[in-house]
Amino acid sequence: MSEATATVGAVPTPVAYDEDIVKKLFIATVFWGVIGFVAGLYIALQLAFPVLNLGLEWTTFGRLRPVHTSGVVFAFGGNALIATSLYVVQRTCRATLFGGRALAGFVFWGYQAVIVLAALGYVLGITQGKEYAEPEWYVDILLTVVWVAYLVVFAGTLFKRKEPHIYVANWFFLAFILTVAMLHVVNALAVPVSLTGAKSYVVWAGVQDALTQWWYGHNAVGFFLTAGFLGIMYYFIPKQANRPIYSYRLSIVHFWSLIFLYIWAGPHHLHYTALPDWAQTLGMVFSVVLWMPSWGGMVNGIMTLSGAWDKLRTDPVLRFLITSMAFYGMSTFEGPAMSIKAVNSLSHYTDWTIGHVHSGALGWVAFVSFGALYNLAPKLWKRERLYSMRLVTYHFWTATIGIVLYITSMWISGIMQGLMWRAYDSLGFLQYSFIETVEAMHPYYVIRSLGGVLFVVGSLIMVYNLWKTARGEIRSEDVYEEAPGTAPAGAGS
Amino acid sequence: MKHAVFETNVVILTVAILITVSIGGLVQLVPLYTMESTIEKVDGMRPYSPLELAGRNIYVREGCYLCHSQMIRPFRDEAERYGHYSLAAESMYDHPFQWGSKRTGPDLARVGGKYSNDLHAAHLIDPRSVVPESIMPGYPFLAENDLEFDDIAEHLKTLRVVGTPYSDDQVANAAADLKAQASGDEDEAEAVLTRYPKAAVGNFDGDLARITELDALIAYMQMLGRLVDFTTYQPEKDYR
Repeated sequence: MSEATATVGAVPTPVAYDEDIVKKLFIATVFWGVIGFVAGLYIALQLAFPVLNLGLEWTTFGRLRPVHTSGVVFAFGGNALIATSLYVVQRTCRATLFGGRALAGFVFWGYQAVIVLAALGYVLGITQGKEYAEPEWYVDILLTVVWVAYLVVFAGTLFKRKEPHIYVANWFFLAFILTVAMLHVVNALAVPVSLTGAKSYVVWAGVQDALTQWWYGHNAVGFFLTAGFLGIMYYFIPKQANRPIYSYRLSIVHFWSLIFLYIWAGPHHLHYTALPDWAQTLGMVFSVVLWMPSWGGMVNGIMTLSGAWDKLRTDPVLRFLITSMAFYGMSTFEGPAMSIKAVNSLSHYTDWTIGHVHSGALGWVAFVSFGALYNLAPKLWKRERLYSMRLVTYHFWTATIGIVLYITSMWISGIMQGLMWRAYDSLGFLQYSFIETVEAMHPYYVIRSLGGVLFVVGSLIMVYNLWKTARGEIRSEDVYEEAPGTAPAGAGS
Repeated sequence: MKHAVFETNVVILTVAILITVSIGGLVQLVPLYTMESTIEKVDGMRPYSPLELAGRNIYVREGCYLCHSQMIRPFRDEAERYGHYSLAAESMYDHPFQWGSKRTGPDLARVGGKYSNDLHAAHLIDPRSVVPESIMPGYPFLAENDLEFDDIAEHLKTLRVVGTPYSDDQVANAAADLKAQASGDEDEAEAVLTRYPKAAVGNFDGDLARITELDALIAYMQMLGRLVDFTTYQPEKDYR
């Protein structure tokens, strides 16, 4: 830490950043990513072929589904966020991590312990029974401690920065860390039956528990999966494109309006339920308004490429990052549309919701993470460039086709099932029994699984490429043709 | 005010973020907890019987809520398929709520009393033996696992801490009530029915020798949606 000294007016002394912790988190991101994707593929196959539930206690859809959701959101996404935030905060503050290696190490190992304990619990049937907040009280407490340590490391580093201004990416990371802490602590409040047992009862009940849960759940999307990843966007797109962010003013408006509005949107998960109408209406209105800051962010990300659009052709890493913004724009348009009560009456309870989530999770969250991982690998392992740019392209197209298969099949099955549920025949009877609608889903569940296979294959291509990069190998391959006067692709920025 | 104020001071930025993200939650959550109209006044709601509670915990444990909702919306087709739309009062003792967000399988808010215990048992053990097109996992292990209920009174006490109005009488008799409800003997279960009106008494899994997890789960499913007396419910009065 003592190296982090910069004299005003003089050439700044290089700061010895703690990249060891970023490397560890990088590896954890890739590791949990593959596990989370494979778990998702497996449960997708279970819905197409129920025999895969195996009739065993530990392998039913109900127990594996939280393994998938926690695996991708909190294990893959969480490690990606911690890795990038700790990398970005050091670089943009020109300071090493506050608390040194010990505290950062505690955050890393503590967070991995949370993941392992939570997942083991799910398989053994230990769950709080709240979607995306399944871990029981003892894991919740550990997570709270780890999260506070993470906040201390991050905010402490901001505090001792050598740069006068806090860079925009860090606003988003800070908002993500603070808000997730608030959401987690309130939503997960519970009283254990015994201090030696796993079971607890949450303090909230019924309709109040429902809104508290979706206040948490929607903002897990809004702050974990959006604000945090926008932090990644605000650093890595300008870096990879070698361009300043499109509009500083827009990023200010984007930031404050996004974090203000997101918190209100939770009730749209409870349309037409026993939640009082006033709350549903508030949720709907704010969800529709939320469309604007979301697209403000998308515009800011994509337009950063203004004047350098040819890089999309020559730099597949940038293509991941920019495509993630396109998916972000698409799913943040779809979300407000689905939060309109009339639309929601059709879409709610169907696969349309699942498709919507995945266009955001695969197309936006995973793609922006892949872009950041590809950007980081050569820097963390001090390599000239990635092992192969061609493999990045293969990954991109395999994963993109996978996502398209996934979301289109879920659109069709979701809208079809919604329409079948409400269809009447000419005599005024319900036209379909429930099981007929289940049967009709089968082909789409197969197509969705195929999309999942492609996404997993893509991620394995990435693992291979990153592994080779870390080893310092360079694949002999045709380089992408450059437009005249631009820097070579993948030369690092 | 210049934005530089926020981006040059960590403390100001942190406080401003906390204020900004708190407003929406406060406006929505605080009234929901404090307004009396949030939960309708109805006749018939009571806390879960010990056996039902044990069954509900298995429902939660197996993640049933990931595929089955317990929340009927006020639409014609849902009324015909599932029954009267769900009231907030019907989940007032649910820690946690189990409304669900996906119907891979049908809604279960009013499944109680619709099917026989035998059918539930056969269906849970092997869904496709009853409904060939079903994609539900089989739960044969529920019939094999003895229900653990040594600490059932502790569960009632814990729920009392979080606000469920269990009486001392109900807590003291928790284990006895649980056994009696699963005995299938109406006389033996008379006290249970006094303490927990409309509880389903039965030998749910067809095996009288043991109380299994399957017994508990079916007892829970058989009471779902049956408590509220809709003959005295006036929706106009309760519009929120």
